[in-house]
Amino acid sequence: MNLKSTSKTKFTTEPGREVTQDACRLCSPLGACLAFKGVEGAVTILHGSQGCATYIRRYLISHFREPIDVASTSFTEETAVFGGKSNLLAGLDNVSRQYSPQLIGVATTCLSETIGDDVAAVLRDRVPANPEETCKVLNVSTPSYCGSHADGFYRAVRSLVTSLTEPAHETFNRRLNVFPGMASPADLRWLKRVLKDFGLEATVLPDYSDTLDGGLWSSYERIPSGGTTLEAIRAMGSSECSLEFGHALNPLDSAAVWLEENRGVKRLLTGAPLGVAASDLFFHRLQALTGCDFPAELQAERGRLIDAYADGHKYVSGKRAAVYGEADLVATLALFLLEIGVIPVLCAAGGPVNAFRDVMKGLVPDLEERGMEIMSDADFDHIEQATARIGVDFMIGNSKGYKAAKRLGVPLVRVGFPIHDRFGAARNRLMGYEGTQRLFDDLVNTLLSHNQEASGLGYSYM
Amino acid sequence: MAGLKLLDERRRQVFEKGSEPADFEIACGKPSLSGAVSQRACVFCGSRVVLYPIADALHIVHGPVGCAAYTWDIRGSRSSGPELHRMSFTTDLRETDVIYGGEKKLEAALRQLIARHNPKAAFVYGTCVVGVIGDDVDAVCNKMSKETGIPVIAVHSEGFKGTKKDGYKAACDALWRIVDSGEVTGEEDGLGPDSSRGVRGGRRASSASGRSPSSELGKRPYSINILGEFNIAGEAWILKEYFRKMGVEVVSTFTGDGRIDEIRNARTASLNLVQCSGSITSLAKRMESEYGIPFIRVSFFGIEDVSKALYAVADAFKDNKDIMARTRALVSEELAALLPQLEKYRKDLTGKKAAIYVGGAFKAFSLIVALRHIGMSVVLAGSQTGNKDDYETLKEICDDGAVIVDDTNPVELCKYMLEKKVDLLIGGVKERPLAYKLGVAFCDHNHERKIPLAGFEGMVAFAKEVHASVMSPIWKFAPRMASEVKA
Repeated sequence: MNLKSTSKTKFTTEPGREVTQDACRLCSPLGACLAFKGVEGAVTILHGSQGCATYIRRYLISHFREPIDVASTSFTEETAVFGGKSNLLAGLDNVSRQYSPQLIGVATTCLSETIGDDVAAVLRDRVPANPEETCKVLNVSTPSYCGSHADGFYRAVRSLVTSLTEPAHETFNRRLNVFPGMASPADLRWLKRVLKDFGLEATVLPDYSDTLDGGLWSSYERIPSGGTTLEAIRAMGSSECSLEFGHALNPLDSAAVWLEENRGVKRLLTGAPLGVAASDLFFHRLQALTGCDFPAELQAERGRLIDAYADGHKYVSGKRAAVYGEADLVATLALFLLEIGVIPVLCAAGGPVNAFRDVMKGLVPDLEERGMEIMSDADFDHIEQATARIGVDFMIGNSKGYKAAKRLGVPLVRVGFPIHDRFGAARNRLMGYEGTQRLFDDLVNTLLSHNQEASGLGYSYM
Repeated sequence: MAGLKLLDERRRQVFEKGSEPADFEIACGKPSLSGAVSQRACVFCGSRVVLYPIADALHIVHGPVGCAAYTWDIRGSRSSGPELHRMSFTTDLRETDVIYGGEKKLEAALRQLIARHNPKAAFVYGTCVVGVIGDDVDAVCNKMSKETGIPVIAVHSEGFKGTKKDGYKAACDALWRIVDSGEVTGEEDGLGPDSSRGVRGGRRASSASGRSPSSELGKRPYSINILGEFNIAGEAWILKEYFRKMGVEVVSTFTGDGRIDEIRNARTASLNLVQCSGSITSLAKRMESEYGIPFIRVSFFGIEDVSKALYAVADAFKDNKDIMARTRALVSEELAALLPQLEKYRKDLTGKKAAIYVGGAFKAFSLIVALRHIGMSVVLAGSQTGNKDDYETLKEICDDGAVIVDDTNPVELCKYMLEKKVDLLIGGVKERPLAYKLGVAFCDHNHERKIPLAGFEGMVAFAKEVHASVMSPIWKFAPRMASEVKA
């Protein structure tokens, strides 16, 4: 047994919760596969059975609609008995030969963790079959029985930094690290543009804006171009500070915390810039770092958003919502909903998140008075039952809530990951005034459409 | 791209018809090569796909959350009644369970779920971790079977214990426990007390004494089971309608729109049709040897194969001349309606080239013939789980120059799609973006599909699907086409 969970997150089962029915989370290796897609020249190999890689690929592909190659060390019975070392070594050599990667990210699975494979030791002693191989190999511990895909994502990002980021000899002003969390490719593109417009030299990690939302190919690209360069990750220690988006992420899984403690780069934790207040805060931070004026263009975007809030507020005011999904997204969405006058009466984190209630209480001190219920480690069965009991006007979260929403007869606003039943998930925008605008329009239209459909009067003027 | 070399270990799993060495014999049925990015899944996947459509059974995945989450409602298998199969249940093992064992949790989970959902049976899928922490899943199943009075069956589908094919075998073993549940005498079987078996008792009264010869089984005349038919997008219903018109009774489908009681009745049928042969032949063989029910391999994809299948059934019941007459009438009526519809598609598609990469080779055979019917040739064909005979057949029916692959990967698929200049790829979700990225049309022929492609009407739907993608005007914007135009 090689149980390496370092965090205090609850990884045990509470009595009476022996079953998970329609899970509202995926397993942690999926998050690692997603994070490694955001590094230039990187390939992920999952150390476990062939099915893990294939299922995770299928799941990611159905959301992003892009080729996603994830290798597997394809365990057999002998591997499980004698250990995965030889499979891992063969797998690394084959990935290296077939993909010529710059980086191979090895993520473990429940199987390789349970049999106690010491991946770090195998990598340390490895001599590549190809003496000319130059690729960097790193590992992340992602046993599927700990946490959720969000934890796997953060851990993989942290492993990139801990393995690659070098001690810096000097610190550069206006150089910034940004850890955006599980953002959409379109949000990542927006983020990079904004940072550039502010004159910042920013490293966004991970950055799968091109690798998971790119153009057609004229020939097969073994590794799609794009992603954060290894060079940039190595230099992250020389940044003035790290901006990390999140509310509930475990400090032990945080890349920015590691950089602060080990490379002396100040960490600024902030929620993702969704909503006027959160976007204002984000832009004020950028202004503080750069001394730039608030750009007129952004001012105009902000103006249009508030105008939309005014035009649309009656459609949403006092409405009740159930919010679910990754803890950080739930917290971010809850703050946005409160900002527009919607009460997020149920905030459910799908993963087992330590003290999620405290996190929410910190963000919304009067949550009891507002009638907000907070759940962690919730599956869709819990979410549906709670939603039915509390009563909501709509649900907001990933597409897997569709069945519950349908049974409850409430509309669903699709946000986050996965979105398997709609088109264009990679291009969903949430961040900044403009992203908030899109979400607000979508939300209002979803409610209007629901009312229109529900009414027998056939109004063509709402 | 031409310079792209295969991994050495993969060389014996790929060949080009007409160019292979004389003594070339394809290597297949092997575990996937580590690091090769196989499109295959695992043992668990094999079991899960075969049993999934049984709609009144509880399917609980014993393991950490992923395996259940990734297989929640992902298939187009329809049910005419209960929909328990479209829910996802798992013991969601945590770190402490992995240390101290998951048996108690499984037991509690089964108790809760059976009380809440009233299933007719429960399948407990063992996943990788369960295989190494040593949970005695059989013992828990036996105990819960006794306690709840329904069959609670362990499916030994630990992901690493073989390939997807071994998962099929585990599923067939589980199905056998239901099919053969009349034989149950001891308490070790996990199939519950006698009270749970009343359902088919009347029908099989004569066989209560055990392994009876088929004559004693009270066989229903002119009746069949359809094995390996998963009712994707309601395909089983299309087939059942054909058999109804022919005067042939369908006792059960395995496992499309499946019900536990119907599966129990399966042994009263006179003939088994085996469609997805890779997945379910082992069960058919067992039913043949134990109950004397003969089986024939069929496919319901493509005009030739559908017609052949229906005639084969009529032929098996040739003592009833009406069946053959009705079959003839049915086929000619269907063809008369179908052929004119296909013509317009064929006109556009003639000369186009296709690649096929599917799970089982048997489907590939049908698709090659079906594509020929709409004017298309297959230049690349392969499967995840084919055997030597399958690849021999594939070679026979493909044209010279066609590339044949076993357990391939994205790099190889793309290499040959480009080299062979294909216009269409037929595959599943994982293959789809490969085609689109290269500017190649795509047709989904996997279990996720929502459009029925079986039977005569399925052939029209198939042609329409292929046509809609191949003839789309958008491909002219693809870089591949742009460079061809320039050249």
